[in-house]
Amino acid sequence: MHKRVGLEVTVAVAEAVALCRIDMAGVYPITPQSHIAEHLSNLVADGVLDAEFVTVESEHSAMSAVIGASSAGARAYTATASQGLLLMNELLPIASAMRLPITMAIANRAVSGPLNILNDHSDIMPQRDTGWITVFAENGQESVDLSIQAFKIAEHPDVMLPVCVNIDGFQLTHMVEPVELPTQEEVDAFLPPFVPHATLHPSRPVTMGAFSMSDYFTEIMKAKDEAIKNSKKVILDVWKEWEEKFGRSYKPVESYRADDADVVLLTMGSMGETAGLAIDDLRARGIKAGLVKLRLWRPFPFAELKAAIKNTKKLIVTDRAVSFGGPGGPVFSEIKSALFAEASRPAAYNYIIGLGGRDVTVSDFANMVETVMADAGNKKADTYEFWGVRE
Amino acid sequence: MIEVRWHGRGGQGAVTSVELLAVSAIAAGKYAQGFPSFGPERRGAPVAAFTRIDDKKINVRSGIYEPDVVLVLDSSLIGLVNVLDGLKPGGKVIVNTHKTPEEIKKDLNFDGPVATVDGTGIARKEMGVPIANTTMIGALLKITGIMELDAMKASIEHRFGRIAQKNLNAMKRAYDEIQISN
Repeated sequence: MHKRVGLEVTVAVAEAVALCRIDMAGVYPITPQSHIAEHLSNLVADGVLDAEFVTVESEHSAMSAVIGASSAGARAYTATASQGLLLMNELLPIASAMRLPITMAIANRAVSGPLNILNDHSDIMPQRDTGWITVFAENGQESVDLSIQAFKIAEHPDVMLPVCVNIDGFQLTHMVEPVELPTQEEVDAFLPPFVPHATLHPSRPVTMGAFSMSDYFTEIMKAKDEAIKNSKKVILDVWKEWEEKFGRSYKPVESYRADDADVVLLTMGSMGETAGLAIDDLRARGIKAGLVKLRLWRPFPFAELKAAIKNTKKLIVTDRAVSFGGPGGPVFSEIKSALFAEASRPAAYNYIIGLGGRDVTVSDFANMVETVMADAGNKKADTYEFWGVRE
Repeated sequence: MIEVRWHGRGGQGAVTSVELLAVSAIAAGKYAQGFPSFGPERRGAPVAAFTRIDDKKINVRSGIYEPDVVLVLDSSLIGLVNVLDGLKPGGKVIVNTHKTPEEIKKDLNFDGPVATVDGTGIARKEMGVPIANTTMIGALLKITGIMELDAMKASIEHRFGRIAQKNLNAMKRAYDEIQISN
């Protein structure tokens, strides 16, 4: 049977990745991801994990190395954060265009400047259009589960795309908390060995990631778009199987007391559980508030999102990043776009919260709901605010 | 739920203690979080670390602002850092010091319950090093009753190997010797 243990979440993630029997890891350490790199490296050095741990000189090299390893048929893994992810940026669309089932943990951290090592989503948001399947973990258990599921999703013959698992820096990565680690037998039964459809090999020469002019480039982009849209079915199947085998349910959009809610808060990542406590407080005071949590960011779960908020009058979207000079936060922009064609849609508000590690408390979330409820004529709808900013 | 804030200096092992405490509480079937104050930390500079322990799943992930217990690993921080900041009414203060609880109450200008033990002295005698982080876990368990001292055994052994017993002895002495004010 699996065991329930107290572990730092980074260590738990590295253990989970080792259970997936990766062939290769190419990782460059960066706060708050470093413990993933360190622990994986330990597991390889100790002989627990039979994999090649490639020490690289930058994140650009890390992503290049995993692209190479994955092309050669290896189950390849990396992890990064913040500036490291930005340094990988130019390679991310190459990994997805080459249809390589790489998986990556992102220990989400603010990007410079000014230099900041704490949590927000400004590292992942600029990677939105790189063609990676993108999921967000809410707690340590989800960080473990999603890290294992990622390989199964990525490597499915109908998908063959890279997957990134977003794990909020510090709030998740540096937390010692209870997690259930599956056993090796359980993971082996869930995740079969990786069978690549084509590999680089000296004796069987093929060309991968080649050149394309205007004659085929559009078709390749369309194919990638189709592939990530079609991945949703596999994602749902994998989550269903996970629930059957491990008893923990995963959905693209999670609802908490939202069915009859007049006001719904929307979060993505580690703040969901804290926000849920605010919903409990508000409900105890007779306020019909609910919570919707977005787990799957790409492919975007349009239908599930619409269903989750169909009855609500006011929707509060929280964002952990800014689209400077744009429509507010990137999540807000996406949600508004998703709802634009709907005959009836809620008044949508946007709070930008938790930038660069700024703490957001239960009472902050309750205050957001009460502030929006007090906006009688929805005058502040369709605008965004930096929650708690000093001016 | 009980929330504990640890005050120490970088290198004194506050983060190790919150980790060991959380791991042990979880092994004992409880729910726990152990986490450092997030951010860059430097050897010798004041640091904080945090523990939450409960019998049911802990959902809150924001910081601890109103602790039930404050544990001061280094008494030279008193006067430098407001160790009483946000302490709940009735909340307890545990200090690693050779002073009496009454003396610390005066130093802190604090009316609530204060407990003291010379953790550094114990650590020096039992382990030969003036590092009192594991020693003071004994003090915390005695004052809070979170769990039995024995519950720490496995995590201490896993972490410290052949010097585990010395840590456990020091922890037991702090458990036995801590004094609490009226």
